[in-house]
Formats: sequence, C-alpha cells, structure tokens
Amino acid sequence: MTATWAVAVKEMRQIRRDRRTLLILVVVPTFFLFLYGYALNFDIRNVRLAVDDRDSSAESREVVAAFARSSYFDVVATPTGHSEGDALIDSGAARVLLVVPAGFGRAVAAGETAELQVILDGDNANSATTILGYTTAVLRQVSAAWTRQPMAQVVSVEPRVWYNPELRSTVFLVPGLIAFISMITAVISTALSIVREKERGTMEQIRMAPLSTLSFVLGKTLPYLVLSQVGATAIVMAAMVFFDLPMNGAWSDLMIVLALFLVGALGTGLLVSTMAATQEVAFQVAALLAMLPTLILSGFIFPISSMPVPLQFISALVPARYFLVALRGVVLKGLDLVQVWPALAALVVYAVVVLGLSAVRLARR
Amino acid sequence: MMGRLRTLVWKEFIELRRSPQLLRLVLIAPVLQLTLLGYAATTDVRNVPIAIVDADRTPRSRQLIEQFAASPYFDIVACGSDVREIEGHIASGTAWLALVVPSGFGALVDAPPRPGGRGPVVQVIADGTDANSSGVALGYVQGLVSEFNLRRGQEAGARAGAIDGRVRVWFNPDLESRNFMVPGVLALLLMIVTANLTSMAIVREREQGTLDQLYVTPIGRWELVLGKLLPYGLVGLVDVVLVVAVAVLWFEVPLRGSVTLLLGASLVYLLCTLGLGLFVSTISSTQQQAMMTATFFFLIPMLYLSGFIFPIENMPQVIQWLTTLIPLRYFLVIVRGIFLKGVGFEVLWPQFAAMAAWGVTVLTLAALRSRRRE
Repeated sequence: MTATWAVAVKEMRQIRRDRRTLLILVVVPTFFLFLYGYALNFDIRNVRLAVDDRDSSAESREVVAAFARSSYFDVVATPTGHSEGDALIDSGAARVLLVVPAGFGRAVAAGETAELQVILDGDNANSATTILGYTTAVLRQVSAAWTRQPMAQVVSVEPRVWYNPELRSTVFLVPGLIAFISMITAVISTALSIVREKERGTMEQIRMAPLSTLSFVLGKTLPYLVLSQVGATAIVMAAMVFFDLPMNGAWSDLMIVLALFLVGALGTGLLVSTMAATQEVAFQVAALLAMLPTLILSGFIFPISSMPVPLQFISALVPARYFLVALRGVVLKGLDLVQVWPALAALVVYAVVVLGLSAVRLARR
Repeated sequence: MMGRLRTLVWKEFIELRRSPQLLRLVLIAPVLQLTLLGYAATTDVRNVPIAIVDADRTPRSRQLIEQFAASPYFDIVACGSDVREIEGHIASGTAWLALVVPSGFGALVDAPPRPGGRGPVVQVIADGTDANSSGVALGYVQGLVSEFNLRRGQEAGARAGAIDGRVRVWFNPDLESRNFMVPGVLALLLMIVTANLTSMAIVREREQGTLDQLYVTPIGRWELVLGKLLPYGLVGLVDVVLVVAVAVLWFEVPLRGSVTLLLGASLVYLLCTLGLGLFVSTISSTQQQAMMTATFFFLIPMLYLSGFIFPIENMPQVIQWLTTLIPLRYFLVIVRGIFLKGVGFEVLWPQFAAMAAWGVTVLTLAALRSRRRE
C-alpha cells in the first residue's frame, strides 16, 4: 500500500511539472463539451431547394409556395432548363431540385394525377433520407388539400417520446461526448507513462526497487484516476448547467459508473504503454484504438443493431458502449445501479482484464 | 544543399527501419481499421427492436402488426396486451419503440368516416435517449401506417393522390450511407496516422538530445523540415494507395472521378497533415506534450467540425467560420466529390487552393519555429 502511494506521489509530482498536460487533462474536456455541445446537431433545416417551374400556373405556384412555407426548405434558386438545374446540384449549391413540368396545372384541374419531378443529392444518405421524408410530406399535404373527402378512415399515429420528449439532439449527443472525451483523455494520459520510463532507462531503476508490479500499476493509475474523475465530473455538471441535461438518477451512482469506466480506459492506456517499444508507437496505437472505435463502434452515433453481426461482436470489446448504456440509464432514465448491472459488469470485467494484462506484461522479462 | 537533404532523408529512413513496430503499425492499422469501421459506420437504421401491445386483438389490428413484422426495419422483440408489460423493455433499452394498438381500434377503422369525427389512433412510445435513431424509427412508423391507410383507401375505392412526385436520387441512388462514410473514414485515418507520425519527429530528437547535434551541423531550417517531411510523405502516400484500394475493391464504393486527381489531392492533403504534425512537434518540449497537443487541439476538433459526420450547414454561424480553418473539411469535399459525383478540378479547385494555402502556411510556421531554442 505504501509502495503504491509512493509511486502515485512521484507520478503526481511529474504531472504537476508539466503545466500544459495538467491543463489539458482538467480544463480542456469541459471546454470541448461547450464547443461541440453548441456546434453539433442533426436537426435538418433550411435545405437548399432549387425550383424549375415550367408550368407557371396557379397550381404549380401553390406547390412551390407550400415548400417555401415549410420551415425545412429555403428556395435558393430558380433555374430554367435542365443544364442549369443540374449544375446547381453538381456544385452543391442546391440539395434538392424541384421540376414542375408544363401541363401540371391542367392535369390537376382535370382531376388527373399530375406528375412532378424531384432530384435529390444523395451523397449524404442519412440527411438525404430525412429530406426525402420532408419532400413527400409537403407533396402529400398539397395533394390532400386537392382531393375530396377521404373514402375510408385514416389511422393517425400519436407519438410519445419518453425521457426526451422534444427529441432534442443535445440530450443524445452530450452523453456520447462525455464518453468520447473521457475515453480519449484517460487513454492518452497513461499511454506514454511506462514506455517513457523504458525509453529513458528509469524503468530499470524501478525494477530494482522493492515494488510489486501490481502496486506499480495501481500507483501509475491512481493520480490519473483522480484527475480524470474531476475532469469528467466537471463535464457532466457543465452539461447540466448549460445544456439542460436532466439528472434523473443518483449522483453517487453516476460517480461509480464514471469511475468504473475511467479505470478501464486508463488501463487501456497502460496496456498500450507496456506493449509499445517507443513513445511514437504508443501514440499511434492509443489514437487509433481510442478515437475512431469510440466514435463509431460504441453506439454513440451509429446504432449497433444496424451493424453487421460480426461487427456487433467486435463492438462488445469497446468499453464506451457499456458506459453509454449505464450513463444514459442513470442520467436520463433515472435507473439505479441494479437496473444497469449488465453494463456495469461488463465495465468491471474490461477493467480487470486490461489492468491484469498490463501487470502480466510488466512482470515478464 | 541537395546533398545535405539527401543525407537527412536517408537518416530518417534508417530510423524508420529500426522501428519495425511503427512501420508495421502505420501500414497495417489503417487498412484494418477502414475494413472494420467501414462496415460499422452506417447511419442506416435497420432492425429497430420494437415491442407490440395489442389491446384490440381484431383482424384489423393483426393486419397492422403484420405489416411491422414483415418490414425489414423492425424486429419485434416482445408482445403484450398492456403497456405496463412492455415498459421494462423501453427502460432497459431492449426495445426502442413500443406500438400500442388501443382496444376498439378495429371497430373504428371499419366505421364510415364522419367529417370532424375522431379517427382511429395508434400510440407509439419511443425511447428518446438516442434522439437521432428514434427520430428515424418514428419516421418508419409513419411510413408503415400511411401504407396501411393507402391500402385501406384503395379497398374502399379512393383514387390515388393528386400529385405523383417522381423522386430521383443522384450520386447514391440506393441512399447507401456506406458510400458516404467510407471516403470520410479514409480521410480521417490518413490524418490521424500521418499527423501523429510527424508530431513526434522533431520533439523526439529534442528529448533525446540529438537535436542539438543537428543544430551544430550546417543544416538549414527548411532542410530540417523537408528532411523530416519527405520520408513520412512517402509512407503516407503508400497509406493512401492502400486505403483507397480497400475502399474501391473491398467496399465497392464507386470511384467515378479521376484516380490521378484523387492522388494529387491526397498529396496536397498529406502536405497539410504532415506539416501540422511537424508544427506541433516544434511547439512541444516533450513527446507527451506533442501527443496531447496534437490530439486535443487538432485531431478531435477536426474530427467533429470537418463535416465528417455532423453537417457543417447545421452548425451556428460562428462555428461555420471556424470550420474554414480545417483542411480536412476541404479534403472531405474533394474525396466525396471525386468518389461519388465524379466531378473534376474545374469544380474542386477552390478546395485545392484552400488546402494548398493551409499546407504552405503551416510548413512555414514549422520551419520558422524549428530553429528557435527554448
């Protein structure tokens, strides 16, 4: 125990000497939350729409007006002719091109089905799907106004959204950002800790000291755990004050969830550090391991259930996945630790495995 | 001048060869990651787990539920006849949605419509904690119910709607999000690997004390920067070829534009990422500092603010101005443009110019900083 403490004190002293690192560990995470919480959202509004009205009838103008009225579309251009409209889509100046062919108004007046052309830039499939939905909704609305009384009952859907009634994207983004920022900070802070001592030769001195590998590993982790726990708590509090993140669970539960996740993340960094031969290698591995997988495989942005099955298994190795379930559970749904136990168990297993592997790697040779 | 530069480049190659772990890593890891992440990075929402509450139990309610069972978008994970039975599924996250068909639904559906009368309603409970996916899934529910209405209307002899919107989707007709995400992951991986490589390059020599040895030689600051840049540039170029090959051959992302243009753009992009790394290296005094600076002040902001996942046009105006400082933003437009739209230099030249200006600026800054002593 005293040995663990001695290592922790030495590590603390080293951290204090490097002001920039200390600043990054404690202050930058909260700053990031501000920046990204403010900057990012998935709400799609003001879609750039170009209108090529070749009919110029009262009916065609009514369709165009319906688009202009909806809060989703901004009419940015009125091209005439194919090549002009196509060029707008090519350059990205417009995302949707609406072409009303000549004779549209006559067809509507005659009670026939009138045709209309919509060209959509599909390169970003996600937002394109949403825009497609808006477009059909506007058309259906105009269409319904022109048809007479419906012949059959129309079933309507009454959505009720739990935990986040307005479907605000910050409520969904902020927990993900907390997971991402904490993961990176923790992995990065320990990734160099052991390989640096190896490169400088101070590792040999530590080996000679009467110190078990386990207390060495724990001593290395402890100061960073304190720092990153402070950093992570600051992020959560900032999210609650500035982004109205609700707190429906207990703070003590949240602290336990955070600590379990951080221990695993710090352990990941340590493991990288024991395996890398140089600091450069450690940096590469840490960045590649922490950054994109935490973003892409954790269920933060891309739903896990939509991934191919082998990838779903691989995502089971990403600790942020469990952390997100536990965090959303405690903070948004107001669950207690018993109700999120599968995620907690996974976090514990992960932490024990990575710390154990690091100790084994260190003890060898 | 050329001779000194050649020696410096040669020295870097020898160092790279002495670190086989690093070389293996920068060549294999990007390919491996692109293969994995390319599969995972899909914003398509499929197999949404849904719980069904049928309090009506009539042929009509079963007809509606049948439609959900048949849809590829939904997986029915639980059934019940009361909302309380499935509440636990929403809380634990095993179901994202619950469809509640109230009793009396079937009778209302078959009743003749009355103007002003209240029509049949189904309730959908959604887990809002993942607002994005829930929003998409709610859209699917609307779609399925509209389909149900349409079929019922046709049975009753109504004619089709007055407007027939013919939608054509360009560049990505199947709305496959992989075609959009894979080029993005490619650009990101290149940035992470190459910027990380050079961010350690000069600070490592400083930490090991060999930088002072270089200073006493007649090597100029530009020679030092170029000597570090060229070998890593070559490694980066090999990476470009490898990841583009994976994107085209493995993921079959359509490459509609010119390959030469893509390689040219990658070269300019590498100039930016490698230059950025070198710059970080010159402003840091230890490798740990370099790593933190690169990660927190450059890589993560670029990841989020480049338009890789989050559309730039949704951001507040101030942030949109900020994103013009990010070279990844321009490269993303170029790669996606060349891959999906097949556009050429005549459309993409502003992005090329912005990237080139960025690269030259950051390299100059690095060169200026490189000889300053602390």
